[in-house]
Amino acid sequence: MPDMSAHAVQHHAPPTSFIRKHIFSLDHKVIGKQYYGLALLAALVGMALSWAMRLHLGWTNAAIPGLQLLSKTGAPGGVITPEYYLQLMTMHGTIMVFFVLTTAPFAAFGNFFLPIQVGAEDMPFPRFNMMSFWVTFLAFVVLVSSFFVGDGPTLGGWTQYAPLNSVGSVAGPGQGLGVILWMTSIALFCVGQLLGALNFIPTTLDLRVKGMSLMRLPLSAWAWFITSCMGLTAFAVLMPACILVILDHVAGTSFFVPSNTVINDQLQPHSGGSTLLWQHLFWFFGHPEVYIAIVPGIGIVSHILVTNMRRPMLSHRVLIYSMGALAVLSYMVYGHHMFVSGMNPISSLAFSFPTLIITIPSTIVVLIWVFSLYGSKLRINSASLFALGFISMFVSGGVSGFFLAQPSIDIMLHATYFVVGHFHMVMGVAAMFGIFGGTYFWFPKMTGRMMNETLGKIHFWLSFVGTYCIFMPFHYLGMAGNVRRYSSFPEDFLQRLIPVHRFITVAALVTGAAQLIFVYNLIHSRFWGKPAPDNPWEATSLEWSTATPPPFDNFGGKHPVVYHDPYQYGVQSSVGDYVMQASPEQVKTEHEEK
Amino acid sequence: MAKFFAITIIVIAIASAIPILRHTWVAPEDISTHGALIDEQMSETMAEAGISFLAAQFILAIFIWKFSNPGPNAKIKKFPGGAKGLVVAALLVVGVEVIALGIFGVKAWANVYLTAPSANAMPIQVQAGQFAFYFRYPGPDGKFGPMHPELISEGSQNFYGLDPDHDPDSKDDIVTAEMAIPVNKEIHLLMHSKDVGHSFYVRELRVQQDFVPGLDVSLHFTATKVGRYEIVCTQLCGLGHYNMKAYLSVMSQPDFEDWLKKQAAMQ
Repeated sequence: MPDMSAHAVQHHAPPTSFIRKHIFSLDHKVIGKQYYGLALLAALVGMALSWAMRLHLGWTNAAIPGLQLLSKTGAPGGVITPEYYLQLMTMHGTIMVFFVLTTAPFAAFGNFFLPIQVGAEDMPFPRFNMMSFWVTFLAFVVLVSSFFVGDGPTLGGWTQYAPLNSVGSVAGPGQGLGVILWMTSIALFCVGQLLGALNFIPTTLDLRVKGMSLMRLPLSAWAWFITSCMGLTAFAVLMPACILVILDHVAGTSFFVPSNTVINDQLQPHSGGSTLLWQHLFWFFGHPEVYIAIVPGIGIVSHILVTNMRRPMLSHRVLIYSMGALAVLSYMVYGHHMFVSGMNPISSLAFSFPTLIITIPSTIVVLIWVFSLYGSKLRINSASLFALGFISMFVSGGVSGFFLAQPSIDIMLHATYFVVGHFHMVMGVAAMFGIFGGTYFWFPKMTGRMMNETLGKIHFWLSFVGTYCIFMPFHYLGMAGNVRRYSSFPEDFLQRLIPVHRFITVAALVTGAAQLIFVYNLIHSRFWGKPAPDNPWEATSLEWSTATPPPFDNFGGKHPVVYHDPYQYGVQSSVGDYVMQASPEQVKTEHEEK
Repeated sequence: MAKFFAITIIVIAIASAIPILRHTWVAPEDISTHGALIDEQMSETMAEAGISFLAAQFILAIFIWKFSNPGPNAKIKKFPGGAKGLVVAALLVVGVEVIALGIFGVKAWANVYLTAPSANAMPIQVQAGQFAFYFRYPGPDGKFGPMHPELISEGSQNFYGLDPDHDPDSKDDIVTAEMAIPVNKEIHLLMHSKDVGHSFYVRELRVQQDFVPGLDVSLHFTATKVGRYEIVCTQLCGLGHYNMKAYLSVMSQPDFEDWLKKQAAMQ
């Protein structure tokens, strides 16, 4: 039985009113669920946008019923105009990268489970935590509001390159108010994530209970900790960059617009700015952001796999060091987004080598996962299927990084669908698989009810095969020279690739529809699912030592004491082939790592 | 379920490799002197990435097949060699592989970007603007006249903001909407943007280079095959981005000279 010492510190009293309990809650678990809800809403919006884009790419003149209601000028009669395509694309990328891939695996699961996994009753700064969510929510509202004001959202892509982002509406629809709203939204989002990081770091370092050494932290907790360190530095750079763009719009500054810029035959009232400065600031954030999206997935998948393999990873330590190496290297590789940007070509070589070297920790992570499967007693369920699917996707998306890390090859592949295929697989789909795996695994603890396994497996099969059908052909298109960010393919050369686009569109519609099964399962199980026991997966970490769902202070007014490494599986104890971290029972193990 | 999953992974891995092996969708034939090195680098990387991809997917599938849902009496086994062996393998095999790729790739990159154009390379200017490219040839005097941004006017077709009345060097400059170059002659392309970011991408030439507003960027290449090729913009530049293109005509020297004369007459 888990050992709970008698003393506990209440950071804040349990709320009584509906508003303090469910809306402006200080409880990290409620905030985690709020983040999850926001990510789910954002994912549905982002997916609907991708459907519209894919339909347009397959059948350029097809009318999409109802789209004219969103914008009469952008989609007259439901047919998307080229500029509206770019606006939808920008919103799809922004919503997915920021409000889904950053929010769900890091802020949602991290908020809910990091304090419990370290044995704390909450984060150290609950008010900051509440503010973190609500600022992020406000950021989402501001971003989506751009659909309904002025001439719509910005069309500059999620990277918002300068000076297109700074010259105003003269450069196209959405480039005035649309950009200001985008920059405001992202600056707010950065504030939200910085507040989150300020909580995650001390939670990990200072709130661990007795016996919980750093090396006894579960891999998911390590992943959230490493990600919060990245977030602290990356978002701190993007936020001021966004503010500088807003100043270029409203205060007459010229941070990102050079002299002699002529648009529509008019010399622009700017001088002395640097367009490459934006790219440096953006990618100094942007590349760590890729790892902010994927490292929590790596941690979550490791946590799910190890539970379902019924054995510890070949090395807990090596996985932690590899995640740390990915984080450190992620700052040294950002220039690979800029090989053909006009940056000094020697810099390109300097950025190329760390990019190639980052393959090594990634490979180590995959090798540890795969070879830990050797000799294991793998249990197949929805959570482990998604975790194993994550490995397959991570490999498929990772190997295309070999190409893009090399400046000479980037000459051919830059700005093509190859890049789109690469990042969708390695940070998009892989991270989504991490989110799905985490949901099937932790849903019982979060809600007190089990999810439907059959629906979970159907969801997995359609998603796994479907995403390969969508994103593998992207690589072929890119190799053939198909340029990204085109609303249609008027070039002679691209005409023959249209059948491939149509195949992708059909796959995207089917795979997208499969996600509705997940949403149904989520909602149905939340209210009518089978009641969940405290430890349905026979897992070892602290979240499974407490009640399901956990009480307000996580451990019922007590602190657990930790006696073991996080993943003591494959042992013989009084409860089965595992011993929980908080159990004082001594068992013979060959796996304990000191 | 696990066995079916393993088979699915293997089928997907093989199906993914087939279009690559059969060259179903490939880049158009190279027509540059430097492109062969890029293509070779691409092929070598494809071989290494392809082997890594197939090996990882196959091992994953085999282990899922073999070790899922064993009987209650199955014993946990540890992979011989443990983590240490894997880390050493990753460092040695992958480390050497990627560093080798990086080092060999330097040559292909250096060929394009770290060598200066030869003294007799033909200078051509290209200006990118929403949503068209304009090319400028220096004319018989071999000099480009200065640009005056305030004079740029699409309406009066003064795309470069030239002032031939006051700048003698501008008088014989030839501005065109199509790019023509002689075959087997090195070209020194002087690139600038008048408004936002754009890019110059010719698949057959194996060149792609962004225009950076506020910076003059240059590129040099030699085309080896007569023909007409598309120049497309690959940097998101606004609503007409998808339609921003021009044509590159690679001609024999006499044809090029005729073309240039005709263009000069039309100025």
